[in-house]
Amino acid sequence: MNLIDTLEKEEVARITKGKTVPSFDPGDTLRVNVKIKEGDRERVQAYEGICIGRSGGGLNANFTVRKISFGEGVERVFPLFSPTIDSIEVVRRGKVRRAKLYYLRDRRGKSARIAERAGGAREEDFVGAEADSAE
Amino acid sequence: MGKLSQRTGVIARKVGMMRVFDADGVHTPVTVLDLSGCQVVGRRTVKAEEFKNAAGDAVALKPKKSRKNEGKQAKPRAPQADGYSAIVLGAGAAKAKRASQAERGQFARAKVEPKAIVREFRVAEENLLPVGAKISAGHFVVGQKVDVAGVSIGKGFAGAMKRWNFGGLRATHGVSVSHRSHGSTGQRQDPGKVFKGKKMAGHLGDERVSVQNLQVVRIDADRNLIFVKGAVPGAEGGWVEVRDAAKAPLPKDAPMPAGLMQAAE
Repeated sequence: MNLIDTLEKEEVARITKGKTVPSFDPGDTLRVNVKIKEGDRERVQAYEGICIGRSGGGLNANFTVRKISFGEGVERVFPLFSPTIDSIEVVRRGKVRRAKLYYLRDRRGKSARIAERAGGAREEDFVGAEADSAE
Repeated sequence: MGKLSQRTGVIARKVGMMRVFDADGVHTPVTVLDLSGCQVVGRRTVKAEEFKNAAGDAVALKPKKSRKNEGKQAKPRAPQADGYSAIVLGAGAAKAKRASQAERGQFARAKVEPKAIVREFRVAEENLLPVGAKISAGHFVVGQKVDVAGVSIGKGFAGAMKRWNFGGLRATHGVSVSHRSHGSTGQRQDPGKVFKGKKMAGHLGDERVSVQNLQVVRIDADRNLIFVKGAVPGAEGGWVEVRDAAKAPLPKDAPMPAGLMQAAE
């Protein structure tokens, strides 16, 4: 295998140690728990919104989460394997027919809703290796 | 150059680029360089000294072929001084039949496998290494700065806009057929010539380029890889020279005279 691919796999394994990255698709509502550093204190802040797209692959995978905050649309792009992400929770699975939900940017309220997806097959969660007991 | 404690550089192969995350979520673009197979194939010395090959045996220079020596019991020549101290490194495997007779002779004398690339690195006299020594990724220290030199990717015949970042001509206002031209190249009848060194279209790339002060972000001792922050000249799979940075201090814990592979293998 290509050495760079191997190294990227190892980097993913290193970051996801003791963590589980759930499988999710565009249209799903996510709660992303982000680690925030304030001085020397660290806390976790939740960012909840709709995943409107995924990009990249492997170590370079990103996902975009859109939410309406105080009447203003906010989009945040997270690297999927960022160490600043404490955990990702899938709140609700949505039924959509596009890979990129950019049309949501022009919509507000009722028309920006996404129907819930009932069951169906989904990919398995990405489970990282178990954390070292020493850590 | 000319530093008192100058260590040898290394020959590395550019593997490719990737990114590395640290605990704070900061990600760093890095170039992965492969140091495996980097071996000393010769040395240049200020004073004449006996040549010792990789097996540790002294090898005298072969007598010169000349009519004078014909039929006589030829005496081996005395070792020659080079007048400067340097290490000759080789890296990568080359087929023996692809090496020239002269190169084959040099490799055979040093008792090393034929190498795809051979480079000299100036070192201080006390940092000379024995022939056959293999340099490992442990030669460098995480956090240290290195200079990397390689041959840049060739771009062929390139216009002034690509080659010298010229602005080109306007898109409208009467400009025809010359939107990407360089424009004027000088004055009028006086001086009546184009000055030498005028930036014009021509061959771009495929030349030796050095990048200074790249940080070593990570070292993979098992695979003999170093991860250097940022981009490095040349294509993936190409050869580059990595040296301690000329303009940054060497960390105190850098191995002297060099970080070598363990003899256990």
